[in-house]
Amino acid sequence: MSVVNASNLSRRFGRRWAYARVDMRLETGEKVLLIGANGSGKTTLLRTFSTLLSPTLGSLELFGEPVEAGQNVDSVRRRIGMLSHHTGLYEDLSIVDNLRIFAKLFGKSRDVDSLMLHVQAVGLDGRNEPIRTYSAGMRKRASVALLRLKDPELILLDEPFSALDPSGIDEISSLLRQLPATQILVSHQVERAAQLCDRCILLESGLIRWEGPATKAWDAWRKSQQDAS
Amino acid sequence: MIAVGFRQALAILGKDLWIEGTSWVRWMGLVAFAILVLLLFSFAVGPNSVMLQKHAAGYLWLATLFASANLFTQSFLLETEGGAIEQLQLAPVFPAALFYGKALANTVQLLLVMMVMLPPLIALCDVWFVEGFGLFVITMVLGAFGLSAPGAMYAAMTARLSNQQLLLPLLLFPLIVPALLSAVKATSLIFFGDPMGQIGSWLTLLGAFDIIYWILCGIVFGRIVES
Repeated sequence: MSVVNASNLSRRFGRRWAYARVDMRLETGEKVLLIGANGSGKTTLLRTFSTLLSPTLGSLELFGEPVEAGQNVDSVRRRIGMLSHHTGLYEDLSIVDNLRIFAKLFGKSRDVDSLMLHVQAVGLDGRNEPIRTYSAGMRKRASVALLRLKDPELILLDEPFSALDPSGIDEISSLLRQLPATQILVSHQVERAAQLCDRCILLESGLIRWEGPATKAWDAWRKSQQDAS
Repeated sequence: MIAVGFRQALAILGKDLWIEGTSWVRWMGLVAFAILVLLLFSFAVGPNSVMLQKHAAGYLWLATLFASANLFTQSFLLETEGGAIEQLQLAPVFPAALFYGKALANTVQLLLVMMVMLPPLIALCDVWFVEGFGLFVITMVLGAFGLSAPGAMYAAMTARLSNQQLLLPLLLFPLIVPALLSAVKATSLIFFGDPMGQIGSWLTLLGAFDIIYWILCGIVFGRIVES
């Protein structure tokens, strides 16, 4: 079954097209890397797939259900997880307290032992300190713990390696690899991100310029950078 | 669907109160700000006990209003600061449930702020509840409801704007004039007696304002959050 099926998808802000004529199809379990220069429309496209942003033109189907201008998206949203620049958590609360709140909203068990399993699985110790005191690496791991709790079928990852050092990138890569869901990953860390993905799509000025195996992502990226300069 | 929405609203209410409960510094800051405004009003009027007494209801509600602008800003900042709002949308939490949960949490906090302000108000302005404390509590509750609904809506509307601190009061204050006026008039009558039986009319006006805005804001909140 196609998890994502986008046809002629376009999004405009005022007079500027963030992305245009995007055709994209993702099958269950597939992991796709979305690369491109800043402002090429990657994040906007990702937000469209999350249903948090409506496309201006084109059609989008998620899990076989048509998504139309933000209508009837509740059943689809339940199956989507997102990791963005933010943690997605409440900064004043500890990781366990955050998971307890979201477990209630996701309809999952709020049992502390089961929540601690997610916390420990991402290498955190569940200490009673607010998220705002966490380091960049710990914050990303806390976000992954939230993804694990929700256990979505489609995960959208927007720059999961930003602000991380090489060992932090290794840790997050390893945690993301353990997640079985279909994934779309946006990253400027092309070489590292490509190792997690099967396929790569290169966006330039909102248009798909290249699509191919993730192993060729770095070459495609370098060529696009050379062409741009 | 209504049951799920109700549970979600309660979860948001509990979550907001929990977070505020863990941030004592922030909460005490809010209370201190409200009391400071009250004191500044009394300093501005000077040592004129008649004037202080006469305008006590106005001081109470204006101090509450100024403190509420901070409270509403802070309330939605909780959702946007760490990007939790996106997780709530994807949970998915019904926008109306998010609105009612947050507006109720704001109401509870405003009531607490007003309760804390009461002893200094009574000491400074030498007022008492001539028409009974029960009527005063009803006025406080209706007034807090009246501020909270439009406050939660405009806080969401201005949450991602850089000049939220300025825009929120600019949008909110003119809108809540009918609620403020009713609350001040009713409180004033409670402090000084109501020989003409006018309190009921002011409370009815306040109640009508509350009902209209709690329904209206609940309906439009979804569009605000989604956009």
